[in-house]
Amino acid sequence: MADYREMWANLGMDLEHHDVLCEVLPEAFGGIYLIQQDRPKGMDFYDFVVAEIHGVRPAEMMQHQKEGGKVFGTFCVYVPDEVVFAAGGIAAGLCGGSQFWVSGGEKVLPANTCPLIKASVGARLDKTCPFFLIPDMYVAENTCDGKKKAWEIMAGEVPLHIIDIPQMKRDRDIAAFEAEIKDFIAVVEKVTGNKITAESLGEAIKMINNKRRALQRVYNARKASPVPISGKDALLVTQINFYDDPARAAQMANNLADELEQRINNGTGVFPNNAVRIMISGTPMAIPNWKLHHIVESLGAAVVVEESCTGTRYFENLVDESATTLEGQIRALAERYMKTNCACFTPNSARIDDIVRLADEYKVDGIIDTNLQFCNLYSTESYLVKQVMTEHNLPIMHIETDYSEQDFEQLRTRVEAFLEMLRK
Amino acid sequence: MIVIGIDIGSVAAKGYLINYDSHHRALIPTGWSPREAGQTIIERLLAASGLASDQVERIYVTGYGRVAFDQADKTVTEIKCHARGIAELYSEVRTIIDIGGQDSKVIRIGEQGRVLDFAMNDKCAAGTGRFLQVMATALGLDVSELGDAEDPGQMQTISSMCTVFAESEIIGSLARGNPKGGIIAGLHQSVGKRVAAMARRMGIKEQVAFTGGVAINPGVKRALEEEIGAKIMVPEVCQYTGALGAALLALENG
Repeated sequence: MADYREMWANLGMDLEHHDVLCEVLPEAFGGIYLIQQDRPKGMDFYDFVVAEIHGVRPAEMMQHQKEGGKVFGTFCVYVPDEVVFAAGGIAAGLCGGSQFWVSGGEKVLPANTCPLIKASVGARLDKTCPFFLIPDMYVAENTCDGKKKAWEIMAGEVPLHIIDIPQMKRDRDIAAFEAEIKDFIAVVEKVTGNKITAESLGEAIKMINNKRRALQRVYNARKASPVPISGKDALLVTQINFYDDPARAAQMANNLADELEQRINNGTGVFPNNAVRIMISGTPMAIPNWKLHHIVESLGAAVVVEESCTGTRYFENLVDESATTLEGQIRALAERYMKTNCACFTPNSARIDDIVRLADEYKVDGIIDTNLQFCNLYSTESYLVKQVMTEHNLPIMHIETDYSEQDFEQLRTRVEAFLEMLRK
Repeated sequence: MIVIGIDIGSVAAKGYLINYDSHHRALIPTGWSPREAGQTIIERLLAASGLASDQVERIYVTGYGRVAFDQADKTVTEIKCHARGIAELYSEVRTIIDIGGQDSKVIRIGEQGRVLDFAMNDKCAAGTGRFLQVMATALGLDVSELGDAEDPGQMQTISSMCTVFAESEIIGSLARGNPKGGIIAGLHQSVGKRVAAMARRMGIKEQVAFTGGVAINPGVKRALEEEIGAKIMVPEVCQYTGALGAALLALENG
């Protein structure tokens, strides 16, 4: 990594503690990513972003602030980034994916909180991640109970706006979310000092949609056999899209998709034709959580799709671009975001329908339904997911895990046994 | 054909050598090096059978130590091996409960030992041999003595599933003067409850077999039978079913 120590010091980071993280990450990334064979050239960009993970993008964000712009940190795919970009701000997904931050979160959170929340709170409190220190405001949301209460603790740290996400999807819930978007617009306008117009929101909708379309192209390529890109690489692309500049993110994903489509035409891939194809469904995998993908792919199976926030939930649905008034655009945003299916909602059978559909589209041999430890919502829903998959004759296993390495061998055995079952 | 199956578990390493119509078994504590344990097993099996290493056609290895062991022709998971081993011993078995040193699993199998589904305990010692080992130590016993020392007539229910809390709970129970035999029966019941819950979640189909080192303990068998409400078969070679399965898969080149 280039020298960013001065920038980090200016952010008030705990440099000594942060050095520990900077030391282990390259090795972890090398052992998990760089050892892969025949990676697409288009991954070079993402490798570069990881190599400069706490430097290059934070520097851009701080430059933006120096020029008078504002940065908003977000934690959920239900937060409409379009609003932030329409007001000339930058929105960046912040969720923490490393065990490194967990102990920091445990200082203030109960032990039986999911690692994503612990890591996110820990990254902020321990001051060991620039992304968590840069934002002028956090945009939090009412989704699961763990996050809801964690915001009350984070509110003492940084200005915070909470979007109330409905728990059901009736018409009045969609209308309520529309009202939440309006409130959010007012907040963003106040923080940035910029008025959001139908023109600026329309442009932002197009820009974010373009990023979604680019990711859709990358994922569509994964439907091919042999699969032209590893699940690990595809996951990394999605993870980085959460905080990269959206226009550049779209361009890079499109470049990658061009290459993947070329590979499909040439019949080349990164796994043999007969490799077992796995879908991973469930809770998000925030960067640098690559644990389960690494286990599956080290055992010779390919992860071909993720039904998760760091997967199809992030980009499958587009916002209708036809509206020309703010009112119409806000309605279109509300409708789009309420199409996303998360276990925070009830009933949530549409998510299970998604899994069945994706299994068919991506021709998967088996599903690993996973949730982060202590995620009561996804863990409970796994019962119904398994029931429906069994009705559809789709082999499925459920895994609950966290960011630590301690269950690595046990998980390997379970995944390997599942693959043995599928290879019959 | 001469083949060897090795099952390197967290507590014990087991070996099974098939020499045409005869066979040999070996079992040693795994110790700190799964690799060395596997090597020792091979030496023991060769010594017992009077064979030389180059006469062995194939070696398959399973168990948590399989990754560390580098002299096998193939590694297979213990789930597949237990299924294969049990299918050989009892063709009618459809559910296997295996409780080893650090994990417990329930395996649903079809004909010829085909694995249909399986469940394993999450990373936690509850419902494993490790749980019983910790409790035996707290009671001043060896884990092998627990089975005969239980007294289900004076059952003392242990409410904590967690190894750490259960240990404090039995120390408290002893301090209150409760009978040791009843406490031990309660421990067995606790393991039985935990594993039966996992089995019920997956669906229990008879017949049911119980394997792994903990299957030697008749108290856990009793508790499991009560909890799942079905008769359970424990093979005489209950510790060796994984190694036997590995050997059979090696024989079949599977």
